[in-house]
Amino acid sequence: MPMLLDSYDKENFFDEMFDEEAAVRPHYRKVLERMQRLDAGDYHRRQTAVDLAFMRGGVTFTVYNDNQGTERIFPFDLMPRVIPAAEWERVEKGLIQRIQALNMFLHDIYHEQKILRDRVIPPHYILGAKHFRREFMNCNVAKDIYVHICGTDLIRGRDGEYLVLEDNLRCPSGASYMLENRAALKRAFPNLFQSAGVRGVDNYAADLRKVLNYVTPDNIGSDKPNVVLLTPGVYNSAYFEHAFLARQMGIPIVEGRDLLVRDLKVYMRTTAGLMPVDVIYRRIDDDFLDPSVFRPDSLLGVPGLVNAYRAGNVSLANSIGTGIADDKVIYYFVPRIIKYYLGEDPILPNVDTYLASEPQDRKYILENLEKLVVKSANEAGGYGMLMGPWATQEEIEDFRKNIIANPRNFIGQPPISLSRHPTWVGDDFEGRHVDLRPYILFGEKIKVTPGGLTRVALRKGSLVVNSSQGGGSKDTWVLHDNE
Amino acid sequence: MSLPLPQLPVTTHRGSEIMLSRVANSLYWMSRYIERAENISRLLDVNLQLMLDFSHLDDEQLKEHWLPILRSAGDEETFFKHYTVANSRTVTEFMTFREENPNSVISCLFAARENARQIRDQISLEMFEALNECYLFLKSKNAREIWDSGAHEFYDQIKKYSHLFQGLTNSTFSRNEGYEFIQFGKFLERADKTTRILDIKYHILLPSVSDVGGAVDAAQWQAVLRSASALEAYRRFHMSDILPRKVAEFLIFSPSFPRSIRYSLERLYQYLHLLTETENGVCNTPEEEAFEKLLGDMRTLSIDDVFNLGLHEFLGNIQSTIDHLDDFIYQEFMYHPPTDMEAEIRLHQQEMQQQQQPAA
Repeated sequence: MPMLLDSYDKENFFDEMFDEEAAVRPHYRKVLERMQRLDAGDYHRRQTAVDLAFMRGGVTFTVYNDNQGTERIFPFDLMPRVIPAAEWERVEKGLIQRIQALNMFLHDIYHEQKILRDRVIPPHYILGAKHFRREFMNCNVAKDIYVHICGTDLIRGRDGEYLVLEDNLRCPSGASYMLENRAALKRAFPNLFQSAGVRGVDNYAADLRKVLNYVTPDNIGSDKPNVVLLTPGVYNSAYFEHAFLARQMGIPIVEGRDLLVRDLKVYMRTTAGLMPVDVIYRRIDDDFLDPSVFRPDSLLGVPGLVNAYRAGNVSLANSIGTGIADDKVIYYFVPRIIKYYLGEDPILPNVDTYLASEPQDRKYILENLEKLVVKSANEAGGYGMLMGPWATQEEIEDFRKNIIANPRNFIGQPPISLSRHPTWVGDDFEGRHVDLRPYILFGEKIKVTPGGLTRVALRKGSLVVNSSQGGGSKDTWVLHDNE
Repeated sequence: MSLPLPQLPVTTHRGSEIMLSRVANSLYWMSRYIERAENISRLLDVNLQLMLDFSHLDDEQLKEHWLPILRSAGDEETFFKHYTVANSRTVTEFMTFREENPNSVISCLFAARENARQIRDQISLEMFEALNECYLFLKSKNAREIWDSGAHEFYDQIKKYSHLFQGLTNSTFSRNEGYEFIQFGKFLERADKTTRILDIKYHILLPSVSDVGGAVDAAQWQAVLRSASALEAYRRFHMSDILPRKVAEFLIFSPSFPRSIRYSLERLYQYLHLLTETENGVCNTPEEEAFEKLLGDMRTLSIDDVFNLGLHEFLGNIQSTIDHLDDFIYQEFMYHPPTDMEAEIRLHQQEMQQQQQPAA
């Protein structure tokens, strides 16, 4: 009887599991051996059991394409992605370097703006950026930490080198899936897990809680802060994650309507009256956070919150205004930012990027639209993107018009042929493109959770891994050793 | 010009157990809705079975049987928007599957689950899973098929989900304020539903000259007991036949049967004082006083007193007293004046300008 993966074809891609000669990479040996002791029926049954468990546990996100929100599970592929220790060490160093530099950058931008005066970044890119919060100039944040939680998207191209695709410095999501995926895999393959030497991710919530405690405002004068998680509410597509993390951290989950600001202090409405709130892990974007400062039509936010924040009476994680650093145009400058603040070369390189606002780059972009990936500077979730080689002529012309009309809003990148990973497609394994989102926590120390969320583009040939665009996920194993 | 602070104590309390008013409200309703779904399921199940014994009834008799049941849930008007005749099929379908009916089994359980989803961080994983499984069952085609092929099995399943949930609450939920809201909601709903079950059949429970107890009436008295899961408990208590006044007495006054009105009110009293943190006997509001008096009646009156007062009136008084108590708890713990967004925005914008002026 043929064994699973015997007829797997890595084709002409960098495959996470198999090398150039189609031999299994050393760090995948144990996983492959274990999987090959199953037959297709066995494997399928385990996969189905996991899907059912997710549905039953409400590990779902909500899709709104009709009046009724439909709850779906975020498809989870049982075959884990494995990263050997040495490879991870480099990734970890690169991520720490990057978040350090970006955090210094944010402090600088909202204070002296030395980097602009030194002309490392042309000032108009910052001052005209959508996510630059001028209300927030010269405001100090607890412990000078702006980015407490970061989820950086990494990809690997044809040569297997890790590249940074984007920095998510606002409200990165997905950590709950990292934890749920791990729990599901442990249930499905308990023994394998033990013998493979996998580093744990379970401390994530406890670590996050420590970060939140660490940034308690000095004004409070208490080492027992009231910490809450602020959610847009049960109808938000990431609500499961909000409730999950709140539960794991043992903190209340609150909505805007549960909070009230008086005399520059934040309170929550409890059964015993109003109680102070000291630290808010907010999962609401800046725009919706405080209708008295940002969007006045937002009903999700808390009027007065920004004022209380500026007064130093409450801490927010992440801080307000971090979006400026994950603007895709600023992304272009991150290697320079690292050099400027740390005097180091970036450990994790960027993807080559062209700025539509620079005349020469713009010319190149417009002449090569059918060869490039074009992205809007401030969109996320795989929206506002042109995949040149796969786009229709109409889509290309649409983007051409938009780029000419608003060049500041676009960048171009050569399409990267993302690495692939064997993925179950219903009856067999096929190669599917993957990325990696590790989670970095910045508190007393910077800590990268060993693992992260490997997202997989389930549609054959697709390079888009976002959950909103038909993506799934895998458990990500970082090994204690190299095999 | 500044907004007055809402009339609520501001504390500087930190670090111990805190309960949002919204969470208290959701725990309470989650619990009430589950209890309600269970009670409606049992009521429908029992009455469908009762109908099997009377297969010869004509349309008018069927209507006479089902209308009071429909009325007990207060949904007659909605019903006739969707159906023209009230018979076994239409009434049970309406009270089971119709989402337009806010008190149908499916509406109650969807609402319970939605409340649970809002407070997922507060309840145990096991509790959420039990409720979510029930939800997924009701959403599946399977549920309707089971109901079509034999409603008893369907209602049984619903009751089991409710029992599972209540058992898990007992074994996985900390005994804190949240637990008190859950129990308060459950016993309030149960007391109310038992009064309604009795009220549906109050005319056959009244002692009358022709109180000879024909076969039809005996079956109906049994049905009343079974609607409250009380048939076996009754038999253990009364070795005699099933007599109407005994049935009423048992369901109203039994101090030990967990679905009797008295038992439910005693529990309600207990959780009321845990919530308000007051000694038994202490009343600070007219609602609490009225409830205290009601409980006194429950402990001292006899079934003859009730018949003299009028069974229907007696039950109605219980319903309205606990309804007021419910309002009181809502005002006291769950209600905060809604945020006037525009006023709040103005207030904070003014504050911001004042801050900026000295610098300017």
